[in-house]
Amino acid sequence: MISPHVTGQPVLQLTGIGKEFGAIRALHDVGMQIFPGEVVGLMGDNGAGKSTLVKIIAGNFRPSQGEIRFAGNAVHFGRPIDARAVGIEVVYQDLALADNLTAAANVFLGRELKRKFGPFALLDHKAMAARALELFGELRSETRPDDLVKQMSGGQRQAVAIARTRLSNAKLVMMDEPTAAISVRQVEQVLSLIHRLKEQGVAVMLISHRMPDVFAVCDRVVVMRRGEKRADKAIGDTSPEEVTSLITGAKEAA
Amino acid sequence: MATPLESPITFTNVGKAKWWQSGFFASQTGYVLLALVVLFVVMNFASPYFFTEGNMQNVAKNFSFIAIATLGVTFIIITGGIDLSVGSMMCFSAMITSMVMTGLSTPGMPGASWFVHLAGDGKTVVANLPGLILLISVLAGLGVAVIVGLVNGFCIAVLGLSPFVTTLGMLSIVRGLCYVVSNGRGSFPGGPDADYFYALTSGNVLGMPAPFIYLVILAAAMAVVLHHTGFGRHVFALGGNEKAAELTGIPVVRVKIEVYVIGALAAGLQGIIICGWLGSAPANMATSYELNVIAAAVIGGANLAGGVGGPLGAIVGCVLLEVIRNGLVLAQVNSYWQQTLVGVIIILAVLVDRIRSRMA
Repeated sequence: MISPHVTGQPVLQLTGIGKEFGAIRALHDVGMQIFPGEVVGLMGDNGAGKSTLVKIIAGNFRPSQGEIRFAGNAVHFGRPIDARAVGIEVVYQDLALADNLTAAANVFLGRELKRKFGPFALLDHKAMAARALELFGELRSETRPDDLVKQMSGGQRQAVAIARTRLSNAKLVMMDEPTAAISVRQVEQVLSLIHRLKEQGVAVMLISHRMPDVFAVCDRVVVMRRGEKRADKAIGDTSPEEVTSLITGAKEAA
Repeated sequence: MATPLESPITFTNVGKAKWWQSGFFASQTGYVLLALVVLFVVMNFASPYFFTEGNMQNVAKNFSFIAIATLGVTFIIITGGIDLSVGSMMCFSAMITSMVMTGLSTPGMPGASWFVHLAGDGKTVVANLPGLILLISVLAGLGVAVIVGLVNGFCIAVLGLSPFVTTLGMLSIVRGLCYVVSNGRGSFPGGPDADYFYALTSGNVLGMPAPFIYLVILAAAMAVVLHHTGFGRHVFALGGNEKAAELTGIPVVRVKIEVYVIGALAAGLQGIIICGWLGSAPANMATSYELNVIAAAVIGGANLAGGVGGPLGAIVGCVLLEVIRNGLVLAQVNSYWQQTLVGVIIILAVLVDRIRSRMA
């Protein structure tokens, strides 16, 4: 099923993106689009250019060539915070959570809600817990805002990391290998979290090595090899076998 | 479409921890506080002098002498850092304060004419505005602490040097400066404001030692800052996962510099208070106090790996150290055993915590 949301304006549009590190060409002429509510799998072997592409979109690197349009406007990100400001969030592989803090504290990390007490701004614990609970509810995850993250399962930790992206109302969420190091049951939970994001019209880019996950949750798959885009196909028009041969280079392009 | 889960997710295996298994009761601070209470009871039976008012005041005063610095170091330890320069810092701030106080009170010294004049008899020095010299000299002592804290923080946060090495170097640098500025002799707070100074540092307020009052106020302030401000939250986040703190946009460099400044300021204030108690600031003052301070913080539950700690733990650690010292004296045990026992307690406190987290 191609998502019914795939109409109108793409949330992210890349044209002719290239990146050189000295003499090394990491990316060459990459173009792609993502629409609201669409889940796109980004696949490729190590060194294929996935991470470089993600880092360019997230504002860690500037592209050497090409143009990024976000929600129709050309954007130039100097730092990751610029990308976050327009609505691009990254869920990192290690989730970037502080184990010693509660779920609510992690969701609001760096964006704490405060209340004024005279000249002092104190944390508004109640409001943060309530909003975090709401976000976990939207994600249908039974995560208690006041529990410490170190006591949580992998799935709950994912929920906390994803709730963080919902807090800012991100339009595009990029997830870096979210299912790489967790149990089978937790993988299902993560995939269902991705569905929740999709339902809310968020575009998701899933960077993964795991073929079954990509085929379970994505609408479209983009395959990178040697810094170039080799395929960009709807999930229904391809197969794991074809994607594997595109990744390894047994098949040049599709 | 292959949707893996459409139903809400439930976690039937996740229960709510019992009250005694979570929060304060399960923390190392809780255990050590319990041990402290037991120790108080034991001491009550071991010595009739222990619970006398005089001895309690003594204990309150003595532990206040390292507790304020321990509060500051606890901030640093929570971020996963360490400050070995607190002992030297105490001495340096004490020395600068007493030198400035004496200097400004000596007619003929540069700038002194703004602050003092000679009385009619030609000998007695009178302050132009009572208390002004005290204020300026204390601010000078705290000012050098801020500078040392900034240098520590800059080296660690901006240049990326290891906190251990940076502050080990600073321990030596600052101690060296103490000898340089005093020519190895130390200094004495003097002048017309010296009486205020002694009253505020070693006097009593409402029947309690003044340093103890300062400690209680600062500890309460620290509890609010740590648990109810954005800064405190960031301090914990930094100790829990520095990379996460950075990725979520926490100003990591600024927070780090701030905790080292807080640590140095607390040590400086502590030094100034000790100076009032001693009546002087010898150049070897507070030598190796950094070890007592760090030991107290660690016994009280601050984790050197970062992310855990608080003012109550800092105070409990300091009280425990002082009660043991005091108890050994009252029990007429050779006081040289104190150091040995302190070492045993540091290891025991950490060991109990480790055993508990294995069992949980």
